[in-house]
This record gives sequence, structure tokens and C-alpha cells, in this order.
Amino acid sequence: MSTLEIKNLHVSVDTEDGAKEILRGVDLTINSGEVHAIMGPNGSGKSTLAYSIAGHPKYQITDGEVLLDGQNILELSVDERARAGLFLAMQYPVEIPGVSVANFLRTAKTAIDGEAPKLRTWVKDVNAALERMTLDPSFSSRSVNEGFSGGEKKRHEIAQLELLNPKFAVLDETDSGLDIDALRVVSDGVNRYSAQGDRGVLLITHYTRILNYIEPDYVHVFVAGRLAETGGRELAELLEAEGYDKFTKAAV
Amino acid sequence: MTTATVEGTGNQMAAALELDHVQSHLHPEPSYDVADHPKPTGLEEIWRFTPLKRLRGLLDGEPSDACLEWKDELPAGATLTTITTDEAKAIGGIAPLDRLSALAVENSGGATLLTIDGELDSPARIVLSGSSTEQTVWGHVVVKVAPFSKATITFDHVGSATYASTVTYVVGDGAQLDVVNLADWNDDTVHAVQNGISVGRDAAVRFFEFTLGGDLVRSSTNVDYRGPGGSVDLLGIYFADAGQHLEHRQFVDHTAPRTRSNVEYKGALQGQDAHTVWIGNVLIRKIAEGIDTFEQNDNLVLTDGARADSVPNLEIETGDIAGAGHASTTGRFDDEHLFYLQSRGIDPTEAKRLVVHGFFNDIIRRIGVEDLQERLMSAIEDELATVVGNPAAVTA
Repeated sequence: MSTLEIKNLHVSVDTEDGAKEILRGVDLTINSGEVHAIMGPNGSGKSTLAYSIAGHPKYQITDGEVLLDGQNILELSVDERARAGLFLAMQYPVEIPGVSVANFLRTAKTAIDGEAPKLRTWVKDVNAALERMTLDPSFSSRSVNEGFSGGEKKRHEIAQLELLNPKFAVLDETDSGLDIDALRVVSDGVNRYSAQGDRGVLLITHYTRILNYIEPDYVHVFVAGRLAETGGRELAELLEAEGYDKFTKAAV
Repeated sequence: MTTATVEGTGNQMAAALELDHVQSHLHPEPSYDVADHPKPTGLEEIWRFTPLKRLRGLLDGEPSDACLEWKDELPAGATLTTITTDEAKAIGGIAPLDRLSALAVENSGGATLLTIDGELDSPARIVLSGSSTEQTVWGHVVVKVAPFSKATITFDHVGSATYASTVTYVVGDGAQLDVVNLADWNDDTVHAVQNGISVGRDAAVRFFEFTLGGDLVRSSTNVDYRGPGGSVDLLGIYFADAGQHLEHRQFVDHTAPRTRSNVEYKGALQGQDAHTVWIGNVLIRKIAEGIDTFEQNDNLVLTDGARADSVPNLEIETGDIAGAGHASTTGRFDDEHLFYLQSRGIDPTEAKRLVVHGFFNDIIRRIGVEDLQERLMSAIEDELATVVGNPAAVTA
């Protein structure tokens, strides 16, 4: 049983006009075995939350803490957070020329586990993970994300999720830009991951569509840098019917 | 990183007014006559980046009989012979575009001719080694490739030397030639070379340069086309350490229609006064309709105190081209690359190592000569060990 606790998180970014506060006191606790969906309009700070948890250098934490099983991960470097059991599936994964997917995955797996994976089973595992994401095995010899379509990049992220199998996964708009077939493949991957029972998911999304495939335990509405409301599935249905207006107006 | 991309279709009006004889604004006329190439002051366009004082008097042109030691491994279809300077000139490659190249021809007292005829089973390998920087060495090499031949030639440069050379390639119609030039000199070597590549009709040339060693290396690679349909890839890697000056200049002269050129050079720099220069010049003549050209130079600056100069130039004299562009980037590690790798648990040192490997592997994997690829990767690994292996020394 693991717990990811976000407490009173305040985050700023530097702009031309000085520091601008994006997150204004986020409180959220995710236990292993739970799927939390965070929904919010553009610009509400959803991605900032994801990247701040992962430790992107662009974001300055001005207050609060993020505890993974009691340890404040904000004091850890980006790679240390990943090794502690955190994974971020990015909305726009970068292309890394000349670094093959195979080399990248093996290096990451070795770093996470603290030892190199056994060669024979590892190649099988990688091929199986790619195949489940309907990615051709030839992807392992291609450069990381280079020339991948938007959907292929997202499926590559979820293949990594399955291979690295972290304690907690933050999925930043993994559903955006996916057609219905890709959405189903990606959702199946996330469901396999959470079906292990002892893993936690923070699913950040703009649309309710993915919630037809991934059943959330909690739905949170995120507006103006903080959680505006928490509920169950029915909250997503309300948002689907009425949009974010009610919450954005309340936040002003 | 900063990126500059220029796409152009030329200035039709200027092209319409051009005379048949179009001359590059950036280069002198080619000539074998040393008198046509006066001693530079350092202000000339083709010399302004080169530290002339570090050329060890090469520009004075003192004759010398000293030679590099040659070792070769030649498959059937490749032969080495010695010819006179007049015979070498008569083969008709590109004449010298600068003084050092003209001096190398003048002072070599003959040339070494490598003839390629037919499809070679394995690479023709030549190792040139120098044993001292004390003596000046002049070199003149001609590579003549018969029509429809297919070959890979590797030139491996090692040891210590003060060396100026002219290497001329005349590639017959329909031939496919790969040349791999490795400059793995000791750090006291001075080497100035002009590579001249004349591409036959429908011939395809890939010219690789890997420059890792030397106190000063100045490599000028000039290309022209002897018929339509020719294709050239100039692909380079350089890695400059403290105090090294590594300069690569290309001049692709599109002298025939529907020809293609692609130039990609990648460099890394580390240490105080590591200096690299990349000059990529392309001239598209009026006759050269329907050509396609792209040039790219990327520099990765690993530490403070290093300097990368990167200058792409396009001179366009026709309005009818398929594509012409260039791009140049110089920067430190891309934070987003490092963040992505670290977010998968990979520590910063390993992440940087992966990125640099990937940066160079992009070119190296295209060589297709396995032992050379491995040797280059391990040479780069050695270079990286001095800085990236030591995170405290990395300021990026």
C-alpha cells in the first residue's frame, strides 16, 4: 500500500512580467489501487501539476509538499523521483535523435531496478509491450519518438508505463489527439496497469471521452490552479452536460 | 538553442540578368598556379577564421621531401600508382581554391593515384601516419573512379605531422562512392587539406569526415557536377577539446541541372579555447535548374570557454530549383531531452551521455563499415569521459 499526498502545493513560473502563480494550493491524496481523474479547462494548471510532481525545472515550488509514502519528493531530483516510483506520461514527448528506443528502454529499466534486466526475457517483454500498444517491433530500433505520429508517441508512453511499472502514474492528457482505436489501446494499457491493484493513477484530461474506457474512482474539477470540486463518475457526466462554466465563474 | 532556417527560390530577376559565367562571391577562381593565390593576410573570406600563425609556416611554401607513411589494404579493382603532377592535373579534377592546396600540388613532386574500377568486395583502406611535426609534408592524391564502379574508401590519419594536401576525386558516370576520412591525429598535428570532388552524371558520392585530433585542422571540401543527376552527401563529425582549432568548409558548386547535395555536420566542443568553424557554401548556377540542396550544422557546447562558428551561405542564380535550405544550431544540452530521460529514472550523467551518443550516432550509423563505426563510437566515448563522465565539470 502506497500513498501519494499533495499538500498545499503552490507553483510559479517565470514570465516576462515576473513570477506568475499557476498552482494556488492543491491538496490531493491518491492511494494505490485508486484512479483519480482531474478535469479542467485549458490554462487551469493541470499540466503544471503533472510537471511539478515530476520535477520539471521550469516550475518553481513556492509552498507545499508532495509526499510519496511519507517522503517529500520535491527534495529529490527528477531521476530520483522516477526511481522512487513515479512516472509521468507526457502530453508532448520529445524526440531524441540517435537514441534508439531499445537502448533508451534498457537504460531506463536498469536505472529504475538498479540492475540490468535479463537480456532474454527483456527483449520479449519489450516486444510484447510494443505489440500490446500496436507498435511494430521495428520501433525498438528507431530513435526515441523521432518521426512518431502523435498517437504513436502516446502509445510509446504507455508501453513505457507497462515496462517500468511505477507505483504511481501521472498521465498528462494522454488521450488528446487520439482516434478512437488508439484511445482504446491506450486505455487498455492503463487498465492493465491499474488492475494490478497496488498502483495509483492520476489521469489528467480535458475531455470526458477517455472515462468511457477508464473507470475513475474519483473525479476532480480543476479550475484556476486548485481543485474546485471532487466527486465520482457523476461529476464527469455533469461536466459533459454543462461544461466548466459553473466552476470557472465561481472561481473568479 | 537557436535555429535559423532559410528556404529560397532565388531571385529570378537577378538570374535573368546574369551572364553565363557566374562566379561565387565567396571563393576565388580555382587555379594550379601558386601566384594566383597570394599569401593571405587573414582578412580574406576564405581565411578569416583560420589562425594563420598556427599553420607553422606552411603558407611560405618551403619545399620538402618528407612523406607520411602509407599503409594500404586494397581489394581487387583498387590500385595505387605514382604519376607526375602534369598527369594528375590532366585527369581534370577541381583545381586548388586556396594557396595551401596549390602549394601542396606544386611541392609534392608528383601524385599518388588510386584507381577504382568495378564493384569492390570490401573497403579500400589506406592509413597515413606521421612521425613528427618538425618537417613539412606536402601531399597530392588523385582518386579516379571508373563509370558504374561501386566502392568504399577509408583514409585513416594518425600520428604527428605538419601536412598540407590536395585530394582530388573524379567520379565517373553512374558510380557510387563512399569515402570515410578519419582524422585521429595526435594533438600536435597541423593539417590543411582541400578535397575536390567531381561528380559524374547520375553518380552518387557520400563523403564522411570525422575529425577528432590535431592542434589545427582545416578541411575544405569542394564539389562540382560533371553532368545532371549527380548526388552528394557530405557528412561530418568533429569533437574539439581545449585549444584545438577544427575547421570544416564546404563549397558545393551546382554546375549541372537536377543535381542534389546534402550537407550535415555535427560537432561537440569542450574545454578552454576549443574552437570549431563550419562554413557551408552552396552556389546554384543559372544552368543548375531543378536542383535540391540542404545544409545543416549542429554544435553542442559542453563547457564554458569553447567557441563554435557556423556560417551557411547560399548563392542562388536560378529561379527554378526543387529545394534550397540551410539550418544551423549551436547550444548546450536541450533541457527537454534531459528532463525526458531523467523522468525515466536515468541519472543526469547517463542522460547526457545518451544524448551526445545519439547526436553523433545519427551520422555514424550511416557509414556502414562496422569496425570503423565501433572505433568512432569508442573514440567519442573516450572524449566524453573527460567531461561528461565528470558531472562537476559540466556547466550545462
